[in-house]
Amino acid sequence: MSATITAPAYRVIPIVPVLKPGAMEGSGPYVANDKIQEALGFPGHLVDDWHDQAIAKMGELLGKYRSLAVYMDSCVHCGACSDKCHYFIGTQDPKNMPVARQDLMRSVYRRYFTLPGKIFPKLVGARDLTREVLDEWHNYFHQCSECRRCSVFCPYGIDTAEVTMAAREILDSVGYGQKYSNEIIGKVHKIGNNLGLPAPALRDTLEGLEEDVKEETGIDVRFPVDVKGAEVLLITPSADFFAEPHIDSLIGYAKVFHAAGTSWTLSSFASEAGNFGMFIGNYEQLRLIALRIREVALELGVKRIVVGECGHAWRVAYSFWNTLTGVGDGADPNDQFAMMLQKQLDHRYKQPVHICEFTLDLIEQKAISFDKEANDKHIITFHDSCNVARGSRMGDYPGGQFDIPRNIIKAVANNFYEMNPNTTHERTFCCGGGGGLLTDDLLDVRVKGALPRMEALKQAADEHGVNFMACICAICKTQFSKVMPYYGFDRNTVGGVHQLVSNAIKLGAK
Amino acid sequence: MSTFFAILFYFATLVFVVGTLYRISIYTRTPAPLKIPTTPAPITTGGVVLRMMREVFLFESLFKANLWTWGLGWLFHASLALVLMRHLRYFTEPVWAWVASIQPFGMYAGITMVLGVAGLWARRLFVERIRYISTPSDHLMLVLFLVIGLSGLVMRFLVHVDVISVKGFMLGLMYFNLQALPSSIALYVHLSVVAVLLMIFPVSKLLHAPGLFFSPSRNQADNPRDKRHISGWGKQLESK
Repeated sequence: MSATITAPAYRVIPIVPVLKPGAMEGSGPYVANDKIQEALGFPGHLVDDWHDQAIAKMGELLGKYRSLAVYMDSCVHCGACSDKCHYFIGTQDPKNMPVARQDLMRSVYRRYFTLPGKIFPKLVGARDLTREVLDEWHNYFHQCSECRRCSVFCPYGIDTAEVTMAAREILDSVGYGQKYSNEIIGKVHKIGNNLGLPAPALRDTLEGLEEDVKEETGIDVRFPVDVKGAEVLLITPSADFFAEPHIDSLIGYAKVFHAAGTSWTLSSFASEAGNFGMFIGNYEQLRLIALRIREVALELGVKRIVVGECGHAWRVAYSFWNTLTGVGDGADPNDQFAMMLQKQLDHRYKQPVHICEFTLDLIEQKAISFDKEANDKHIITFHDSCNVARGSRMGDYPGGQFDIPRNIIKAVANNFYEMNPNTTHERTFCCGGGGGLLTDDLLDVRVKGALPRMEALKQAADEHGVNFMACICAICKTQFSKVMPYYGFDRNTVGGVHQLVSNAIKLGAK
Repeated sequence: MSTFFAILFYFATLVFVVGTLYRISIYTRTPAPLKIPTTPAPITTGGVVLRMMREVFLFESLFKANLWTWGLGWLFHASLALVLMRHLRYFTEPVWAWVASIQPFGMYAGITMVLGVAGLWARRLFVERIRYISTPSDHLMLVLFLVIGLSGLVMRFLVHVDVISVKGFMLGLMYFNLQALPSSIALYVHLSVVAVLLMIFPVSKLLHAPGLFFSPSRNQADNPRDKRHISGWGKQLESK
C-alpha cells in the first residue's frame, strides 16, 4: 500500500484546490472485528436492523447534546469552512470540506427529523439512510481529525468534530466501528495504556532511562513509579515511554522535576494520558478512561496532577477532567463525588497543570536555569497542536496556550522563528494524524492531510533555515516522523518542547 | 383578497412564533454535557457576551474566514435589519420617532439588500465548491429574498401603492379589525413571499439566527478548571 502513496505537490500559490469528487472514496479505515467491538460493549458486527437502530441512536444523541441539535439546524451552506480543512486541501475530495462532511449526517437528519425533509427530500438535500450512506459515513467520518479548525471560521461556531463524534458513536452502536481506535481503547482497559505496555515492562524501561541519563549527565535523575505520597502525579502519553522522539521529552520532564526538587511519580495503572474515548464520541468510554486517573490520584494521595505533551489528552484533561472525574476546582460543596478528590488537591495550583505551565512557572521563578547554546544546532519553529490550540488553554488568560510553549523555547534556545501566521495559533493545521487516524491503514489520507503544515514548514526552512519543528503532542510527533520523509524532510526534524528543555537544562546548578 | 391575506398572515405568524419558540425550547432543554468553547475563548460571562455580540453584529468568525462572503453577508443582513426597522411604520401609530428618523436609510437599505443577496447568489452559482454544497432550497431561499426585495423596490420607485391603506390593513390585523388591502400585484407578491419565509423559518436553515445564541462553541466561558460543569445525565452516571 505505502508504495503507491505519494505526497501531493507543494502549491506554488496556496489557492483553494479544484474539486476531485470521489478522490478519497475508498480510503477509509479497517472495520473493527467482533472481539474488538464486544470488548467495549458494542455489537460485534453490523446488526440486522442497523437502519432503525442508527436512526434511534441519532435521535438519542440529538436529545443529549445541544451541540449536535443546534449544529444540525444552523448551517446555511455559506462556505466559510469549505477551504479550511487540511484533508480537503490535501485530497481535493469535496466530501472532505467540513460542510460537506457534516452534510453526510445533516442530509439524514433532515430526512428523518425535519418536516421539509420528510415531504420534499430532494428540495432540501435530504437522503434516506441507505447502506451506501452508512459506508460513506465510515469512510469520511474517519477522514476527520476532530481538530476544530473549521469551527474557528464558522459564523455559528459549528464544530465538525462534534458531528464526527456523533457519527462514530452511531457507527459503533450498530456494530460498524473503527479497528484502530476501538482496539486501543480495549488495550487501555486491559493493560493500562494505548500501546499495551505492561507494568513490568514499563518499570524496566524507566530503569533503563535512569541509567541512560546517568551515563550522559552523571546525575541521578529518577523516574519514579507508583510512589505513594508523591506531590505530583505525572500523566503522560504512553508513547513517551519508548517512541522516538517522544522519549526525549519524558527525559526533559524528569530533569525539570529533578532540578526543581519536586517529588513526583508516574503510575503503572494510569500510564496513559491519551483518551480515545473522545475520538469515538462515546461519553461513557471517555469517562471510564479518565476515571483511571482519579482512582490513582486518590490511591497515591497526590497533591497535584501534571499532564505531559499530548494534544487531545490535554483537551480532555483541561476541558473534561473536572466534569468527568472531579480533577479540578469549584465543585458544589454537596457534590461528594468531586469534593472527595478536590479536598485532597492543592488549590494554590491549577488542577490539572500542563507540563509547559509547570516548567515555565519554574523558569519565571528562576528555579531552573539553562545553557541555551546546547540547542544552537537547532533552528526552531513551533507547531501549535490543534487540540491544545482550539480545545483548551494554558495559563490564566485566553491564548496562554500559544505563548507558554513559545516562551519556554525562547528561554532554552537561541534560534526561534514563526511559521506563516495563517497556519499557527488558532489557525493552526492539524498534523494530519489526529482524531484516531494515526494508523497505517489511513496512511494515504495522513500523508495528504499533512500538506498545509509541510508547506508552511518548507517556507520557514527556505526563509530561515528552520531544521527543527517543536510540538507538544504525541500524535503530532508520531505522525510527522512518519510523513516528513514523503515531503523530503528528515524524520528527526520533529521533536518535543521538553526535548529542547532536556538539552539545555542545568542539572548540577541547583 | 383582503380576507385571504388576513388569514395567511395570522397563520404564518402563528407558525413562525410557535415553531421558533418550539425549536428554542428544544435547544434550551437539551443539555451541553461537556465544555467545548472554541478557544481562545473568554474566561468570564461578560467576555462571552462580548464575543456573542461581535458574532451577531460584526460576524467576527466569518470575517476571519472569507472577506467576500463576510462583506456580502454583512451587507445583506445589515440592510435587512434596517429594512425591517423601516417597516415598523406599518405597525405603529403614531410612528415611533426613531423609526421615522431611519426612513431614508431604510430606503437605500432596500437596494443594498438586493445587491447583497445577488452577490451571495452569484457566489453560490459561480464558486465551484459553494455550488457543490448548495441544495435547491439554498438557491430558493435567496430567490425568495430577492423577490421580496425587488417587489418592495418596485412599489417604492415604479408603481404606486396606497401605503396608507396597507398600514390600515396591518393595524387592522393587529387589532382584529379587518381593513381592505389595496389591490396591487407587486404588493400581493411581496406579502405572499414574506408569509412563506415566516412559515419556513422554524423548519429551515433560517434557524441559524436563534441557533447562534445556543452554540456551545461560542456561548460557553473557558473556565473548566475553576468550576465543575456537569449535565443531568452525566451526573447520573456517577451514582451507578
